Amino acid sequence: MSDILDILISANFWAASLRIATPLIFGVIGALVCERAGVLNLGIEGIFTAGAMAGWMAVWLGAGLWGGVLVAALAGAFFGLIHAILTVPLGLSQHVSGVGVTLFATSLSYFIYRTALPDVSSPPRIDEFEPLNIPILSDLPFIGPALFQQTSLTFLALLLVGVTAYVLYRTPLGLAIQAVGDNPSAVESQGLSVYGLRIGVVVVGSAIMALGGAFLTMSAFDAFFFGMVNGRGWICIALTVFASWRPGKALLGALLFGAFDAFQVRLQTEVGTFIPGQVFLMMPYLLSIAALIVVARKADYPRALLVPYFRGQR
Amino acid sequence: MIRFEPRGPVAVSRMVAVPIIAAVAALILAAIPMLFAGLSIFEAYGLMAKGAFGSMFAFTEMLTRATPLILTGLAAAVAFRAKLWNIGAEGQLYAGALAAVAVGTGFLSGPSYILIPAVVLAGALAGGLVMLGPTLLKTKLGVDEVVTTLLLNFIILLFVQMMLEGPMKDPMGMGWPQSEPILDEAALPKLMARMRIHWGLILALVASLGVYFLLKRTIWGFEIRAVGENAAAARHAGIPVTVTFIRVGLLSGALAGLAGVGEVAGLKGYLTADLSPGFGYSGIVVAMLAGLSPIGVVFAALFIASIFVGADSMSRATGVSNYLADLIVAMALLCVLVSGLFLRFKIRFVGTASTKEAAE
Amino acid sequence: MALSPGDAPLVLKLDGITKRFGALTANGDVTLELRQGEILALLGENGAGKTTLMNILFGHYVADEGKVLVAREGQGLSDLEPGSPHAALEAGIGMVHQHFTLAENLSALDNILLGTEPLSALKSARAPARAKLADLMERSGLSVNLDTRVSQLSVGEKQRIEILKALYRDARVLVLDEPTAVLTPQESETLFATLKKLSAEGLGIIFISHKLAEVIASSHRVAVLRGGRKVADLPTEGCDQRQLAELMVGHEITETVREPGQAGEHLFVMSGISAGQGREALHDIYLDLKSGEILGIAGVSGNGQAMLARVISGLESPAKGTMTLENVNLDHASARTIIDIGLARIPEDRHHDGIVGAMSVSENLAIESIRKPENQRYGLLRFAAMRERARCLIKAYDIRCQSEDSPARLLSGGNIQKIVLARTLETEPKVVLAAQPSRGLDVGATSDVHKRLLAARARGAGVILISEDLDELMRLSDRIAVIHRGHLSGAEPTETLDRGTLGLRMAGHSGKDAA
Repeated sequence: MSDILDILISANFWAASLRIATPLIFGVIGALVCERAGVLNLGIEGIFTAGAMAGWMAVWLGAGLWGGVLVAALAGAFFGLIHAILTVPLGLSQHVSGVGVTLFATSLSYFIYRTALPDVSSPPRIDEFEPLNIPILSDLPFIGPALFQQTSLTFLALLLVGVTAYVLYRTPLGLAIQAVGDNPSAVESQGLSVYGLRIGVVVVGSAIMALGGAFLTMSAFDAFFFGMVNGRGWICIALTVFASWRPGKALLGALLFGAFDAFQVRLQTEVGTFIPGQVFLMMPYLLSIAALIVVARKADYPRALLVPYFRGQR
Repeated sequence: MIRFEPRGPVAVSRMVAVPIIAAVAALILAAIPMLFAGLSIFEAYGLMAKGAFGSMFAFTEMLTRATPLILTGLAAAVAFRAKLWNIGAEGQLYAGALAAVAVGTGFLSGPSYILIPAVVLAGALAGGLVMLGPTLLKTKLGVDEVVTTLLLNFIILLFVQMMLEGPMKDPMGMGWPQSEPILDEAALPKLMARMRIHWGLILALVASLGVYFLLKRTIWGFEIRAVGENAAAARHAGIPVTVTFIRVGLLSGALAGLAGVGEVAGLKGYLTADLSPGFGYSGIVVAMLAGLSPIGVVFAALFIASIFVGADSMSRATGVSNYLADLIVAMALLCVLVSGLFLRFKIRFVGTASTKEAAE
Repeated sequence: MALSPGDAPLVLKLDGITKRFGALTANGDVTLELRQGEILALLGENGAGKTTLMNILFGHYVADEGKVLVAREGQGLSDLEPGSPHAALEAGIGMVHQHFTLAENLSALDNILLGTEPLSALKSARAPARAKLADLMERSGLSVNLDTRVSQLSVGEKQRIEILKALYRDARVLVLDEPTAVLTPQESETLFATLKKLSAEGLGIIFISHKLAEVIASSHRVAVLRGGRKVADLPTEGCDQRQLAELMVGHEITETVREPGQAGEHLFVMSGISAGQGREALHDIYLDLKSGEILGIAGVSGNGQAMLARVISGLESPAKGTMTLENVNLDHASARTIIDIGLARIPEDRHHDGIVGAMSVSENLAIESIRKPENQRYGLLRFAAMRERARCLIKAYDIRCQSEDSPARLLSGGNIQKIVLARTLETEPKVVLAAQPSRGLDVGATSDVHKRLLAARARGAGVILISEDLDELMRLSDRIAVIHRGHLSGAEPTETLDRGTLGLRMAGHSGKDAA
């Protein structure tokens, strides 16, 4: 029991929670805006991979860390555009198109990586983002190491949550996004373009997702390796439902998830001898399913989610 | 401006043409990454063709690779027909393999005519039961099955690893995390001497005919089609929608489980955690290329299998990454999605042309 | 009504509009003018091309031929860019669609603001909008609570938001598609009073309708569309209903008449039924249907009719109460049990709930009886028998389709309804539930539906007719009950009721208030 308490009061644990949550925050925010506009983006898993690979490779080729972030976002936007074109004007199944984009983005990333680096046994490393040292805040006892010794990308993720919430609830663009995910004909009858809005949102949302991938190679680890995304994208889709499509709750969900994950890793070192490691590795996936079950009954899906819109058909 | 006009009944010739066009388009698009990798295009295509069809051995290898793809393709096709989005064939395949190994490595003993059916049934049952969970969550609680089936893939793979490192580890495996070998009496016999092709292929072909018959000729098939095309109208007409979903879920999972049985009991002989190079996911591509037709699945699986086997062989000859195969398969899926539009709609380019028509 | 403001300047002109969908000509060379301050009624039956014409005006469709001309602020007529709702809004055209185009997850205010501000704006300017709307509501008498989420509002309130949307954009032309379809008679009167007020201030108004009385009562001029062509355009003053009806339909109308009948035994009884939650919930419903009668259920849409139909259809289990057919308890019966016991159901949304569009006509005809021995043996489908039966039904019910193998989605709305009628009525059910059975159908198809329902009544079946169309209800029903906010009034003989009384009850006033 005291072991558990020790975990919870260590600054290190809270710092790890935030670190684990960061890619999920990017992913959930990206998935959330797409779904708010009525488009389920199952390309997320592949877009994570593409962001991770593209960002890493850009840095490796000398683009600088922020250059890498930009390249990752552009890669995400590219795959988002494919998904958007297939599902919005062409109205194809969002499920199948999303799976297709994931397969495409993943295999293309792996292929490019393998083609660029055919014979390396240990993946080359880059100089990753260093934790920021914020004057005063970072030096506070406990709170400093727990919350304020993160890399720039983590702070970018937190900033993004605020920006997304503001845009969604306070600006004309946000109103239009909410409307197009509820009843596209409301948007069209007010002179706005349903396709333009949805395509734009999916492209931007996918770029945000890709930053989650970029965090993996440029902040969490310093290299790219196969299978590194490992279902994080799918977890984000589950968390989006859990968060009822609200940015604030999305942050909360991602942090809860990060905390749980950090906790189980630490618990594993305590009791790992009795319980096989795989049980702990399963936890994030089981937790995601549990989160879905908890909210299933009251989940208030955007009404137009998954429904393609064709002009003149109302 | 482009306009889509809904089509009437679709001619069979067109239904066959669409996936072929998509497959060819994907192969042509594959030239881009091949050029990028510095390959000579025609040589590369030649090597791929030779790798899949160049010899009796190559051809049987291709058929061997197609065997699990037919089954996972059927799993996806039958589920997608009912709009039950089972993206978890990968996990169900492993569940089937695990059950086959559990039953076939000494749990039962007896002659082949008892052990083989037992192994096959165990695998199908395990796959079906794995899919039962997400299906019940969908029908009873409204939990989206896409995410649950996807997440279950990871959970089951970890479970398999756990079993292979723990209770089911082969003590004679020199420390490798692998199961004990399947008993000879429980193994699916080979179809040809000195080749790897096995009875799993026959099982897959029979399954394809069976699913075709089920969908086309039986009440259950009728109900599956009705639920898939319009669940609300089906429910209104008194069709038991929930029960239909459960039937479809069990069947889909069982088919994917059979793929796992074939791989362990027909091909590998024992289970490792890298049994499947993504057969579950490729099965989705197979199903879509087949237009969700159970017979079409066989041909689509042959195509995808020849891409994999051909690209593997080309990769060995040229040193180019065999992720090229996954890339072509992914592009085939996107291409078939787009070309599917030509099935559903007449696509007209309107604007100046139509005003001219009108003036005449 | 006063003569049209004939010398006021033109605000809108549709010039020679032609629109084809494949082989169908939805609009053929239609020319239409609207003057400032004029109320123009666009009259025509379902399928006459009224909505298509207005969708061209508003830019949802592009006309194959012809053009739209609009008078802009202080100028004469000029071309309107086709195919752009944005351009139509800019030119001062506002449209209230029959199916409201509101985002239910936003407030009334945000729905009105949607699209009026540049998307790049950093903040939605809600305060000034509120001020302008307060003024508009004051002047027009259209009041709504701006901060309520649209999903919480009634149909009448939603319609007021739609009109405010147009007024907020300073519309000079307002188009309303079937605006009274969802209102009580009293609400309709209020609406037309508002429209007259707005037209007196100079707003040009077009309203689409197929109801003759309101056209005569509330328009300056009436244009009649039939088969996509304009067949008349005349001042309303001096028109009578018979004349307009014949123009609309093209021949003399023979109305279905209900022969006096003899209601028999108690057949289907609901007692104390409560079900569902929220606006559509049912509270303590008593309903008593006898054989050989048609029981009409009147009400403004969204007052629980859908839930009532779902409960009777076996799609929703009631939370409380009992439901019996010939003393057989049906409280938790499945849809299949309900069908098998002889309760036929004609769903409100025939495309969504009535047919499986991708399946063939013959499969759709067999879908309710697929487990009956005539359609299957040992679980195997008997295709030959199914198709044979389909051919008979196609003939008997005059279903127009290429063959029994055509996908049902290719059929017109009227023929889809015939599929539903054929498969439900040919088994000679004891009870028929018909939810909005003639909605969206043309006169011919409507009269066909009515004849079938009356025939069922004549052979002794009990019919529950849920409708929003009071004329239909009064013509067909032996007794009428009114549903309001999930409460069902006691049924009274149609002869003792009039439109005014029913209207008041539909608006929630009790019988005593009405008397």
